[in-house]
Amino acid sequence: MTENKPNRNELLEWINVVSFAVDDVKLFLDTHPCNPDALEYFEEFKKQRVQALREYAKYYGPLTLDTVHTPADYWCWINEPWPWQEGGC
Amino acid sequence: MWNYEKRLQHPVRITQTNPKIAQVIITQFGGPDGELAASMRYLSQRYTMPYKEVTGILTDIGTEELAHMEMICAIVYQLTKDLTPEQLIESGFDKYYVDHTLALWPQAASGAPWTATYFQSKGDPITDLHEDMAAEQKARTTYDNILRLVKDPEVCEPIRFLREREIVHYQRFGESLRIVQDHLDSKNFYAINPEFDIRSRN
Repeated sequence: MTENKPNRNELLEWINVVSFAVDDVKLFLDTHPCNPDALEYFEEFKKQRVQALREYAKYYGPLTLDTVHTPADYWCWINEPWPWQEGGC
Repeated sequence: MWNYEKRLQHPVRITQTNPKIAQVIITQFGGPDGELAASMRYLSQRYTMPYKEVTGILTDIGTEELAHMEMICAIVYQLTKDLTPEQLIESGFDKYYVDHTLALWPQAASGAPWTATYFQSKGDPITDLHEDMAAEQKARTTYDNILRLVKDPEVCEPIRFLREREIVHYQRFGESLRIVQDHLDSKNFYAINPEFDIRSRN
């Protein structure tokens, strides 16, 4: 059941990496909206980011409202530590 | 509208408190060249910006500045966590503590409260983009000044990340200024103000 469970810190680090790639290229695309390399880069990392956020939410709680697992019987958004707290992201 | 993401843009994990240095770093929360002023500056200027690339950059950089404000607050929070009355007096953090306890409040290192007079929203794209480029450089200098005072690598690391973002933002605002000027009369960029003199655009 837990054999495929990803390491929490590694997954979080990966989320930070792919999210930063998206954040940075997004600004570049604002001023270079037709750059094909940047568009391809954005698409690739956006895909990785969505997938990583979904995976994180599954095992360690949601980081975004879109990945909150609704059928749960508890409002898990408030469950995990906030980013500035110990153990937070 | 905005959505919150429950993580910092770049991790902040500080294990040693240091109220003296917190008092300096708080200036990037509520000081004249801090992240709160940066975010409010860009998010205020964007409404009347007539060029879509520049409206995009003001929106997206203004949003990133909110994430930087959160990182600065996390740094100050972690540097001042669980301080004792003795530590407060020794470090000189007692003057902040008496008004705010250990809560975050936007002020400059000198104690001056945050004010909207720290930024301008002038309604002229050339004027505003020059302000924005200057603001990024002033924030970069402030981070350089902070880095000269900080020795703890756990504090230096996120500060260096924030400093680098100032340089990237400066570059993007420079490109934005070029885009604005490409729309204007190259013989006289100041012949008209495109935020006022060109009507019924939309």
